[in-house]
Amino acid sequence: MTALRIYVEGMGLWSPQLGDFDALRSLLEGGSPPPPAARPAAATIPPNERRRAPEGVLLAVEAAGQVVAMSGRDAASLACVFSSSHGDQSITDYMCATLARAPGELSPIRFHNSVHNAPAGYWTIAVGCREPSTAVCAHRASFGAGLLEAASQVLAEQRPVLLVCMDTAGSGPLGEVTGCQQPFACALVLAPAVGASTRARLDIQLSADATPTTLAPPLEDWRAANASAEALPLLALLARGPGRCQLAAGPDLGLQIDTETVA
Amino acid sequence: MMPLAVTAYTATSAMGHGLAAQRETLECMRSGLRPNDFSSSPLPCWIGRVDGLEQAALPATFAAWECRNNRLAWLGLNQDGFLDRVRAVRERCGPARIGLFLGTSTSSIGATEEAYRRLDPDGGLPDDMLRPAIHAPHSLASFVGTALALEGPCLTVSTACSSSAKVFASAQRMIALGLIDAAVVGGVDTLCDSVLFGFNALELVSTQPCRPFDLARDGISIGEAAGFALLQRVETAPQAPRLLGYGEASDAHHMSTPHPQGLGAGLALQAALERAGLGAAQVDYINLHGTASQKNDEVEAALVNRTFPATTRASSTKGFTGHTLGAAGILEATVALQAIEHGLVPGNLGGDTPDPSCGSSFAWRNERQRVQVALSNSFGFGGNNACLAFAAAGFAA
Repeated sequence: MTALRIYVEGMGLWSPQLGDFDALRSLLEGGSPPPPAARPAAATIPPNERRRAPEGVLLAVEAAGQVVAMSGRDAASLACVFSSSHGDQSITDYMCATLARAPGELSPIRFHNSVHNAPAGYWTIAVGCREPSTAVCAHRASFGAGLLEAASQVLAEQRPVLLVCMDTAGSGPLGEVTGCQQPFACALVLAPAVGASTRARLDIQLSADATPTTLAPPLEDWRAANASAEALPLLALLARGPGRCQLAAGPDLGLQIDTETVA
Repeated sequence: MMPLAVTAYTATSAMGHGLAAQRETLECMRSGLRPNDFSSSPLPCWIGRVDGLEQAALPATFAAWECRNNRLAWLGLNQDGFLDRVRAVRERCGPARIGLFLGTSTSSIGATEEAYRRLDPDGGLPDDMLRPAIHAPHSLASFVGTALALEGPCLTVSTACSSSAKVFASAQRMIALGLIDAAVVGGVDTLCDSVLFGFNALELVSTQPCRPFDLARDGISIGEAAGFALLQRVETAPQAPRLLGYGEASDAHHMSTPHPQGLGAGLALQAALERAGLGAAQVDYINLHGTASQKNDEVEAALVNRTFPATTRASSTKGFTGHTLGAAGILEATVALQAIEHGLVPGNLGGDTPDPSCGSSFAWRNERQRVQVALSNSFGFGGNNACLAFAAAGFAA
């Protein structure tokens, strides 16, 4: 099978240690980037919506806003794939705790914010996007599986696609089993052909080896602390220059990715 | 787009276990809804509950996956010889060449709810519920992938009530790109407190059996369902019905109410017709989203009126099953496929006093006619819209 060849037009990133993609690049070059503010700014959504929006939405919108700005694309023109292993864990924790205690008191707004596609909904509303949008997951392989879904949209439909992957920190009793100790969000704009803002080329091959590329500290610790941070081997490669990495797209499925810088 | 053969399909809902029960229920225009008898403090509403799940424990080898949603998945997979059909394709193509794409809105959240109802004295999840894989939305696809022994791409789509329609699109793209040779698609959602109390909090639940497109409609009835389909290249099964097209679009309007002019729904419908190479007049039947909420039905009826001639017959089947949320896409796709297979246009059960805004396309009672092309609409929270186009074997647009 030939590789899936797609082009990266931008990279977005937010974690408690790294406020954007340049911070990751700086870190890998030996710098000490200052940590971002405690909450992602998520400036793409209007202030009153931002106050209502749950943390997972803010994370996703922050990374998405960064990457769309870098790509120079009109956000409304991009199909979007939002991936997340667990969705917004503080909302799931709230829902389950309230249903156990006093189900009649469930908040209608928190309920509609609890859908897995809440970030896709808030994003498409904020930027006026009527293109296809989806929300997906695949446990710890949510980034790899989301990338495969986004790449197949790019190539089968020959259109640019925004990929966003985020997980919040674990919350309440649920936090015991989700393996997320801190939040993480990242985003890519992917296109079928070279354009004015192309940064890199990806050649993606499916592989029976689902073992992800190992990382040096502190990246390895950050990856362990959030399911969406499984994206870090690819993000690190995009920051450093050409090379190969491997991501899991499922328990028996890996993605072998070769990157090439496109100036 | 490259059409695909639907070489096997199955559904289990309040209409019954498997396709024969579903067809019989549709033929008799018999509702599967019942007064709510689910959960410890049932709200006064009607539900579409699947019988027998309480006795249908998973086989011992799958004990770690035990929960109501995975039970319904397993019950659904065991109908209509579906497991054998998948096994045969797996042996021919190999497990890595079959994709698995499943839609769900809440997956096994019912198990997480249960764990929270009986937390340990120290506030943690009880020991028997310390099973990480069921406390995540990928629980369903992960379990079904294990049960079917598949090793190809495996993805959960969770876009609320359009989830298990959109899986057909993901599967089609990967087959067309040659990443896989076949795909199992479908979806499962089960009754749980999150949706019963959640939709109740939004004041979207009727106290009566739901009445789609009725003048007096006043909300949805929630149901549960499992459905699956096997998609392959047309050359492998020229006699099978086909997926001709799909359309997906966003409303960009509101998290929990549809665009007032049905903009996103219209874009999804047009995209499905365009991919299928169909004109609206070629559509014989459209299974509507038709939830019986005030707003959805108003917007969708207007969309039908402005798009289709009277020869296109239209109905919602949620009066039979309730709104099965993330499973509605696949469940209603199987109704559309049965319409093609048996020449049955199901009547819009519950619409005893039709809303006068519904045009002449609406089929209020069952109709028998040849159905060559059938569409299915599915719309979800967040303004997420999908439309699927199916056709009989040999149909040329």
